[in-house]
Amino acid sequence: MQFMLLFSRQGKLRLQKWYVPLSDKEKKKITRELVQTVLARKPKMCSFLEWRDLKIVYKRYASLYFCCAIEDQDNELITLEIIHRYVELLDKYFGSVCELDIIFNFEKAYFILDEFLLGGEAQETSKKNVLKAIEQADLLQENQSEDWGGLAAEEVL
Amino acid sequence: MPAPIRLRELIRTIRTARTQAEEREMIQKESAAIRSSFREEDNTYRCRNVAKLLYMHMLGYPAHFGQLECLKLIASQKFTDKRIGYLGAMLLLDERQDSTLVFLSGWFFNNTQYVQGLALCTLGCMGSSEMCRDLAGEVEKLLKTSNSYLRKKAALCAVHVIRKVPELMEMFLPATKNLLSEKNHGVLHTSVVLLTEMCERSPDMLSHFRKLVPQLVRILKNLIMSGYSPEHDVSGISDPFLQVRILRLLRILGKGDDDSSEAMNDILAQVATNTETSKNVGNAILYETVLTIMDIKSESGLRVLAINILGRFLLNNDKNIRYVALTSLLKTVQTDHNAVQRHRSTIVDCLKDLDVSIKRRAMELSFALVNGNNIRGMMKELLYFLDSCDPEFKADCASGIFLAAEKYAPSKRWHIDTIMRVLTTAGSYVRDDCVPNLIQLITNSVEMHAYTVQRLYKALLDDISQQPFVQVSSWCIGEYGDLLVSGQCEEEDPIQVTEDEVLDVLEGLLASNLSSPVTRGYALTAVMKLSTRLSSVNRIKKVVSIYGSSIDVELQQRAVEYNALFKKYDHMRCALLERMPIMEKAAANGPTETVQTNGEAEPAGLEPKHPPTIIQPANQANDLLDLLGGNDVVPVISTAPAMKPASAGGELLDLLGGLSLSAPTPAPPIPMSQPPFLLDGLSSQPLFNDIATGIPPMTAYNKNGLKIDFTFERSNTNPNIAIITIHAANSTEAEMTNFVFQAAVPKTFQLQLLSPSSSIIPALNQGPVTQVIKVLNPQKQQLRMRIKLTYNHKGSPVQDLAEVNNFPPQSWQ
Repeated sequence: MQFMLLFSRQGKLRLQKWYVPLSDKEKKKITRELVQTVLARKPKMCSFLEWRDLKIVYKRYASLYFCCAIEDQDNELITLEIIHRYVELLDKYFGSVCELDIIFNFEKAYFILDEFLLGGEAQETSKKNVLKAIEQADLLQENQSEDWGGLAAEEVL
Repeated sequence: MPAPIRLRELIRTIRTARTQAEEREMIQKESAAIRSSFREEDNTYRCRNVAKLLYMHMLGYPAHFGQLECLKLIASQKFTDKRIGYLGAMLLLDERQDSTLVFLSGWFFNNTQYVQGLALCTLGCMGSSEMCRDLAGEVEKLLKTSNSYLRKKAALCAVHVIRKVPELMEMFLPATKNLLSEKNHGVLHTSVVLLTEMCERSPDMLSHFRKLVPQLVRILKNLIMSGYSPEHDVSGISDPFLQVRILRLLRILGKGDDDSSEAMNDILAQVATNTETSKNVGNAILYETVLTIMDIKSESGLRVLAINILGRFLLNNDKNIRYVALTSLLKTVQTDHNAVQRHRSTIVDCLKDLDVSIKRRAMELSFALVNGNNIRGMMKELLYFLDSCDPEFKADCASGIFLAAEKYAPSKRWHIDTIMRVLTTAGSYVRDDCVPNLIQLITNSVEMHAYTVQRLYKALLDDISQQPFVQVSSWCIGEYGDLLVSGQCEEEDPIQVTEDEVLDVLEGLLASNLSSPVTRGYALTAVMKLSTRLSSVNRIKKVVSIYGSSIDVELQQRAVEYNALFKKYDHMRCALLERMPIMEKAAANGPTETVQTNGEAEPAGLEPKHPPTIIQPANQANDLLDLLGGNDVVPVISTAPAMKPASAGGELLDLLGGLSLSAPTPAPPIPMSQPPFLLDGLSSQPLFNDIATGIPPMTAYNKNGLKIDFTFERSNTNPNIAIITIHAANSTEAEMTNFVFQAAVPKTFQLQLLSPSSSIIPALNQGPVTQVIKVLNPQKQQLRMRIKLTYNHKGSPVQDLAEVNNFPPQSWQ
């Protein structure tokens, strides 16, 4: 995978994960164009489209579009499964996740994504293990705050 | 100083902004606060501030001043800080910053696997080549750890390192030894990814890892056969992600290798038949299986199975599956053409799909499936598609139709009809390079000229907006306007068209705003051409002279030149505006063909030239011999041709007076001393020329010192075309200037006259002028030619007409 974008139906970016080195300017340009292209698609159309020399796989969950750019040799159908797995992880973590959860807790959405994918590939295929790792990391945060004093874990950010 | 506003608070506040300007103001205020907080080196709230900065960055606002702060967070002891710090590094930093030192701290000062995991994640996501080079060793170590949490991350990190610094691939080789013996699916999955990357990049690695095929097959088998595993289950399938990755690696390992392909045959068949297809996840595995089957050296039964799976995909309700099927079929249509043909009707149905991507693939696939057997049916569907598809498809569809029609047209009429249909429905989307191709096609369909021009004319009456169509039509009207007016159409009922009506249409094109400059050019030339085909020459003259003052420079130039043609060069007008000859297939062939014939003709021309011209003086010399008697006159005769070939007998007599003068001439006496009939024999037996065809040359004209010989060749590309090279020689003492050779042939023939080598024929046979004529004789009728010669000789113009009937039979049979 080269990158993953999450955006709302109004085109507002909620998450952007880039696995290829690009300048900020290029990222902005790509984001703008791709968001426009995907939002212009009609509901009856299939989830894949060719864009530049990449394959774009996208799926809408409620008010959020999940959009991945994969390479020629990658399997589009399994990418749909990857997207679905990510949504399931978010759902399990936040408890019936909605767009607002991702807006207000974007850093957590990133943490979960980074436990699921690394360098654009899945690092863990077990839902349970991903969630366990996040849980442990969260616990570590809490425990450290307790041990070292200062701000409580939930007050840091 | 009060504590900086909390992250969620900021988000809430910014979301209340009602306008972009209001939001910008809020952001700017907060940015300033954050900046001053950074300046004060506030450790407690650095984390909070960077987090806020990351949020603002996502909204599109600048955040570069936080880059250094991320590094400080990473260096902090607190896990919360590190977490945000690494995230910030991934979002705000890019390869250009050298942050190696920062990562090193991750290894040395903190043993928690979660911190090391963060570091591996960041390196694997955006590590620069330098960073990768520096830390590859650490990654390699972690690749061998027994901690599966870190091992799986190290594997993907290694993938990134290899992508950035391919030379480092070797160092990871030892660590891969027992990667596949892992039970942990995370490690297995990432290991397969790593192995895939290594095999794709290095053929040596590929051969090295082929031995893993049995192990991979075993793992895959276990996944399929094992019972329900809650941890990895997705809709009844055990770890589809791992299955797909293994199938992909098997594809790479089996490609081009018989043994490996054999070893995976069974498992592929098993996966293909046993996988549940009701959900997307099963189809994802089937898709990958099909790709693998098609790429490796699988047995034909398996291949047919794969294509049938794709055929079933085509009927699936899920459009994603249909899309994927069409893409795969497109890849396999070349190699497994017959198997794909079986699904042709389903593919053609996909042309009517609503989805643009599916339509495009169906179109490409349809073109790939067209052959001589299904051309009529397929073309019907494709033309219907052309009518109704979006504009973005029309150009490609039109080009594809033209190509298919050219290859498989069952009849000329069908071909022309198809072209017309495309021109009239998608005429403005037809590519520019199609116009000359179509014109050439129409020209070569000799029997269809009347029909074509009639149909084009009728269509033109309806619609003149589609430029490529209009261009082709006006060209045809210009060429075949006489057929149009004479109403001789065999294929359908002829329409009554008057000359004025035709000219009305063309003038309309010239005047219309819809016509592009190129189209106008075509129309004007067409009008001009009609001056030799129709009788309304005055009207045409008027039209042409009007455009002599056109603003369009190209049009003006054409009109002025055509005007000149009417005035000064009227005698050439007919020849210039003659019916176009058959054109050679591609432009590339044309000129080379000409060069070849000229090249061959030149030396060929020279060879026979000598014997014939020498025959004459020899003949005359024989007469002289008779007159004078005695053999000692022979050397005189041999030299005479060299010095004054074909000169009158009187000159010889003069020479006879001065024997000593003629002695040292270097003329080749040997051929001369041979009796004339042997020379004749030489010229008729093609030893030097016409080796391929054996057509004897002939003298076409010989009067007043001008002698024109024809030599013959057959065209290599079209046996109906005879290539005649004329050799015009001037035996008089004065040169012939402004020499123009014209030829006319009966109606069933077509003639093409190429440029002469020169318009001056030097005196005394010193250098013949050559010119190439191409004659197309599709009906193999006896070749006859009427020639017209004009030249200036000794200050006065000479003109002569002659009939040439003595063509050797081989030249037209």
